[in-house]
Amino acid sequence: MEKSAQSTGVDFVHAVKEACLAAAITFGVLLPLIGFETVSNIDNKLVLHTRWGLLFTIVAIVGVGRLLMALVIAPRLAQRRIRPVAATAPSWLLLIGRWFAPFAIGFAIVYPVLAMGLTGFSGALKWVDNFGIQILIYVMLGWGLNIVVGLAGLLDLGYVAFYAVGAYSYALLAKNFGFSFWILLPLAGILSSFWGILLGFPVLRLRGDYLAIVTLAFGEIIRMVLINYVDLTNGYAGIGGIPRPSFFGLPFTADDDGFAAVFGLPFTPVYRTLFLYYLILALAFLTAFVTVRLRRLPVGRAWEALREDEIACRSLGINTTNTKLTAFAIGAMFGGFAGSFFAARQGFISPESFTFLESATVLSIVVLGGMGSQVGVAIAAILFIGGTEIMRDLDFLKQIFGPSFDPTQYRMLLFGFGMVIIMVFRPRGLISTREPSIFLKERKAISSDLVKEGHG
Amino acid sequence: MEVFLQQLINGITLGSIYGLIAIGYTMVFGIIGMVNFAHGDVFMVSAFVAMIAFLFVTTWLGIASITVALLIVLIVAMLFTSGVNWVIERLAYRPLRGSFRLAPLISAIGMSIFLSNFVQVTQGPRNKAIPPMVRGEFILLDSNNYAVALSYKQLIIWGITAVLLAAFWYLVAKTRLGRAQRACEQDQKMAALVGVNVDRTISMTFVIAAALAAVAGTMYLMYYGVVSFSDGFVPGVKAFTAAVLGGIGSLPGAVVGGLLIGLIETFWSAYFTIDYKDVAAFSVLAITLIFLPQGLFGRPDVEKV
Amino acid sequence: MAGRGDILLNVEHLTMRFGGLVAVDNLSWHARQGDITALIGPNGAGKTTVFNCITGFYKPTEGRISLRHGDATVWDELDSLTERGKRHITTANGSLFQLERMPDFLVTQKARVARTFQNIRLFAGMTLLENLLVAQHNSLMVQSGYTLLGVLGFPSYRRAESAAVDRAREWLNRVGLIDRADDPAGDLPYGAQRRLEIARAMCTDPVLLCLDEPAAGLNARESAELNELLLSIRDQYGLSILLIEHDMSVVMEISDHVIVLDYGVKISDGTPEEIRNDPKVIAAYLGVDDEDVEKVEAEVGL
Repeated sequence: MEKSAQSTGVDFVHAVKEACLAAAITFGVLLPLIGFETVSNIDNKLVLHTRWGLLFTIVAIVGVGRLLMALVIAPRLAQRRIRPVAATAPSWLLLIGRWFAPFAIGFAIVYPVLAMGLTGFSGALKWVDNFGIQILIYVMLGWGLNIVVGLAGLLDLGYVAFYAVGAYSYALLAKNFGFSFWILLPLAGILSSFWGILLGFPVLRLRGDYLAIVTLAFGEIIRMVLINYVDLTNGYAGIGGIPRPSFFGLPFTADDDGFAAVFGLPFTPVYRTLFLYYLILALAFLTAFVTVRLRRLPVGRAWEALREDEIACRSLGINTTNTKLTAFAIGAMFGGFAGSFFAARQGFISPESFTFLESATVLSIVVLGGMGSQVGVAIAAILFIGGTEIMRDLDFLKQIFGPSFDPTQYRMLLFGFGMVIIMVFRPRGLISTREPSIFLKERKAISSDLVKEGHG
Repeated sequence: MEVFLQQLINGITLGSIYGLIAIGYTMVFGIIGMVNFAHGDVFMVSAFVAMIAFLFVTTWLGIASITVALLIVLIVAMLFTSGVNWVIERLAYRPLRGSFRLAPLISAIGMSIFLSNFVQVTQGPRNKAIPPMVRGEFILLDSNNYAVALSYKQLIIWGITAVLLAAFWYLVAKTRLGRAQRACEQDQKMAALVGVNVDRTISMTFVIAAALAAVAGTMYLMYYGVVSFSDGFVPGVKAFTAAVLGGIGSLPGAVVGGLLIGLIETFWSAYFTIDYKDVAAFSVLAITLIFLPQGLFGRPDVEKV
Repeated sequence: MAGRGDILLNVEHLTMRFGGLVAVDNLSWHARQGDITALIGPNGAGKTTVFNCITGFYKPTEGRISLRHGDATVWDELDSLTERGKRHITTANGSLFQLERMPDFLVTQKARVARTFQNIRLFAGMTLLENLLVAQHNSLMVQSGYTLLGVLGFPSYRRAESAAVDRAREWLNRVGLIDRADDPAGDLPYGAQRRLEIARAMCTDPVLLCLDEPAAGLNARESAELNELLLSIRDQYGLSILLIEHDMSVVMEISDHVIVLDYGVKISDGTPEEIRNDPKVIAAYLGVDDEDVEKVEAEVGL
């Protein structure tokens, strides 16, 4: 007891030193970019303004934060570490784990009704469209990429290419040939998986980071072709007036043969939004269902085996080339489905929607969710996409930081910061255990320490 | 012939900038086996620091001598950018050492997004243009109404690159730090056992990488006179391409790769079409990795069974 | 049962160079059906390289490696197979495979040669049962209609899968790991991992099983158990086994035929008894010239 009191005394001096150091480093690093602001004056010349107030506020926050960290938080953490950690997860956590998926599915199905009940018929539009549909698109993309990255262990930084192929396939074929959404949806999937195989072929031999960089290059090349091949894609200007999907032939318009008129309902745009919501929900469920099935098939087990040890796979007579290509193709197919849905929902697409940032977002959703875990991916998509969408709505912050404060600007800033933070604290993602695909007596989750992340 | 010569000059200039950034990629990859995705954005940050320092020196301090101003700007940019990269390594990469292999890559991508948006938020989303720092040029050749010019700023870029590469080569080849770096590249555990401070060596690697990127950033600013928050990604990828082309992990490779990428890009723009100039760089990257993954100077990676 | 059958695997003039280094030099030998053939030699003698050539992981610089299924008379077709430049040939009596022409996975899939690795390569994050199911990939792939029928939930795949599980259960029983079927392979102790790797290789239904140092890192008891397992596999399935081994107790006790390599060259070939008394072999192991063997033996008290 005496000893610990003594060490606290020493710790205090140490903590103050640490805090001063942290503050000094913060000051040094932020001095140019926060201390000074470059502003164009009336002559359109750049001049420097200072922001000492802001700089010193941040420095003070970091200094005090570091002090609190050293004095309050660190000792508590240390104490918690001394206490023995329970070997198995508490029973309530297991219970949540068992019931989470059915609950989430049920919630997703009644979500629009809940939103309408809480915010009114037209107020729900925003919640269903910006949150529901937007999140579900990313859930679906995440599940699609999960096949490639999470199961097969192939690091793909250019997944957005297949999303783009799906979107442009739908947009161009629907506009130029007038095919319906329901014909083009599978066609877009097939075209995307064809591209998946085409781009997959040359990169089969590559591993790890190299594979990631080449797929990034492919993604960017496809985007640049979309920008520069103006005759086909209309370049930067994008493609507008893309036909919307219909409800089995009934368009969502105010016309006499529209959905609302046929069912004798007053016309509102909410019907279309609801329809789109359930459409993407169904597509996402399809992705999840197929993935669950695939994991229990030889091809799915071969993917996971490939992630664990490629050489061992070959020694067991598995054609690793085909196995990798199927992963690329099936992952790309779901990306293509999502892409054609995206085009149909927006009615307008341009290369701006298919930047590297999208690939990075989807990949982070997969990694942060916990590679291979579908529940984790869904949670990560809700956190990330929902979180950044909510950032658009934080108008009350204007009252704190003044009217010139625009919260939307900070969306991506916090997004990037969040990626770093989650990696530092949970490098294996939110759900890091692996569920075996089959069991003899008892299903036991496998600790992430044993599961490999793939090398190619 | 004249066009060719002019493009050669322009290409070498651009290539010097890419080469300096590429060294950062190759060093970091060599020592911790990670593609430092945020390095392009560190370069962009350095260009902003250089711009602010330039404005500070010329408008606040009123220093008129361009040589003195440029020297101060260069040193300030190197110092601050090194500090930024040191902090980044400390916060975003060091805690992940020895963990899951994808984690540092995702962390670096997050850092890259963070840095570009940080600059956007703090300095505004518009392009920032400064008055030309250095004017004037040598006319090398003048025939058929086409003058081949070597501008002073190009000459400065060549000169500074050459001097810094020499200093850098000395640092890596002859000093204790360089030896420690090479030891860590081979085997970190063993290096630690024989008394190399691995953490410090890795930190220093990031510091040096950032300092060289800052030189590139300063010269980028001087050459083009304009910079924006989104300028990190594409030069970053091109420099990474240069590092891969030269053979990742090889320092001379990075320089040669940088020059080659600079030349490929300028000649492509001059003789084919400027629309697809970035496609050229990305294609070179893909083709190199697929057909020559060890690059021009790298060691081939043998698969062990 | 240990009687020597007909030639199963024939290695002729095998040479493998890595750059300037000659790892295996003009090596010829054969393994007979139902035999346990051991490949021994000091470190760096090129044993694993030979293995990698047989199993298709390396393409030999020169030489021919051929394997027979079915009747021994198919050997007559060997030269015509080589002439025609094909990978394999099938006659009414059996098939002949030219392994050095086949990619690694086909060596296992078509020629039915299975292998284990010196540094165990299990799927550490998958359960024991999953490891053994992955080994039955190719037959299950057909049963699942190349995934298509399986995704649609056809019952034929479910039946095939439960048959595969039965097979896996049988092997887990054999290697004494049935109680750990649902644990991840990476959690097993070292000796158990070795046994699981052998069980996994056996699940590919091989005619030739190649084991790269199966006794490495095992204690005396585990090593004895391994001998028993290998002998019982051989006797029950009429399987031929090829093994690289340093542990002389394993080699001398269970092999029918031993080949000794040194610096990529065959220095001896015969029964364990013959090998034991061959001065060349002793010299290679002691690292001295042939003439000095007796002197050194006297010094170390052999």
